Amino acid sequence: MTITGALLYALCGVVLIGVGTYGFMTRAHLLRRVLAFNVIGSGVFLLIGALGRRTAGAQADPVPHALIITGIVVALSLTALAVALVLRHVGETGRVVLPEEDAEEGG
Amino acid sequence: MTLGLAFDALLCLLILSAAGLAVCGRRLFASIAFFVTYGILIGISWLRLGAVDVALAEVAIGAGLTGVLLIGAWAAIRRRRGNDGLALDATGAMNAADEAEAGDDPVMPRPRRLVAAVACSVLAGLLAAAVAALPAEVPGLLPAVTEKLADSGVSNPVTAVLLNFRAYDTLMESIVLLMALVAVWALTPEALWGDEPGLRQHARGDGVLATFGKVLPPLGALVGAYLIWAGSDRPGGAFQGGTILAAVWLLAIMAGMARAPRQSSRFLRLALVAGPVVFLGVGLAGAAFGVFLGFSAEYAKRLILLIELALAVSIAATLALLVAGTPVARGGS
Repeated sequence: MTITGALLYALCGVVLIGVGTYGFMTRAHLLRRVLAFNVIGSGVFLLIGALGRRTAGAQADPVPHALIITGIVVALSLTALAVALVLRHVGETGRVVLPEEDAEEGG
Repeated sequence: MTLGLAFDALLCLLILSAAGLAVCGRRLFASIAFFVTYGILIGISWLRLGAVDVALAEVAIGAGLTGVLLIGAWAAIRRRRGNDGLALDATGAMNAADEAEAGDDPVMPRPRRLVAAVACSVLAGLLAAAVAALPAEVPGLLPAVTEKLADSGVSNPVTAVLLNFRAYDTLMESIVLLMALVAVWALTPEALWGDEPGLRQHARGDGVLATFGKVLPPLGALVGAYLIWAGSDRPGGAFQGGTILAAVWLLAIMAGMARAPRQSSRFLRLALVAGPVVFLGVGLAGAAFGVFLGFSAEYAKRLILLIELALAVSIAATLALLVAGTPVARGGS
């Protein structure tokens, strides 16, 4: 198998998915969870986009590009909603982690 | 070719380092700063993959607006935590907020972190194996798009896919955007309903923000309008242009040059629904002549431009308000 730029970026996207998932699992701060979710998301986009670049000529497949632009906008909508929920949660409880994480920390 | 590949490898390393620092960084603010850097690096990788449209969207939305959202939330939480303690002087309040922040940002104990690291490595490994198993060269849908491009009314293939071939997706997306704003607004506390959304700033008259707030909006408005117009035959379009207009508007509000519109403003609500309504209307008109969202080649360009203009207005307004969030109680208490 020859190494191409597209393959490199696809593998980069794969590792980003791993890094983002790790952050999502290990950090309880809700804003960090939102951030990790965005890292996973852009890793998925990079993977899809790089796989769409396996075309023969100089031009990439435009269909994945259109899907990714849609995805980026939807990810922002979700992030905005998540941030609004986090701020409301902080406003109601004064805590930046979920109740079950509080229990695990022992107070 | 090898030089290009070396650049790609270096860029991937930079992206992964920035992502690692963003996810695992000790301080939340530094993590957010690294996340913005990471978004810009990803934007460069899109250029290397020949996806200029995606690069514009990633830098403007993925790095820019998401970064503003996260920094805004960080500051709001910090203000709230700072207010929890006794009244302190400026530096004292900062320290109290720092301490509260450190206590609120727990890390899993080491053994469980190790388990998580192994699990995520397995996940990445399986995905990598799947990627390696795919054929190295496929035409994808490029031939199909190239064949029909002449009938689409535009010559930028990405715009053709977004607004003609897969217009269905884009119509749904514009509605998702609107629904997200409805959901965010639904979190408005009862007493503040209908008010101006948060983000009200008091920029110093001679500060950096106030200067940028005066200098950048005219330039930004020009770039945004150009991108919307250019989208039909070169990289750009309603989403990228609309995002830049949203950013310009937010900047003007943050610099105190403009006021955020009230949630109850009728004019604002009209701007929010204009895009989806025009899109849906054109789609239904198409249905009357045959196919829902089917544009005849003869009128396609005019219809797409009409949809893009209406969408850009709605996207700019919706994105700006999504970032601005819900109204917040004023007066410090």
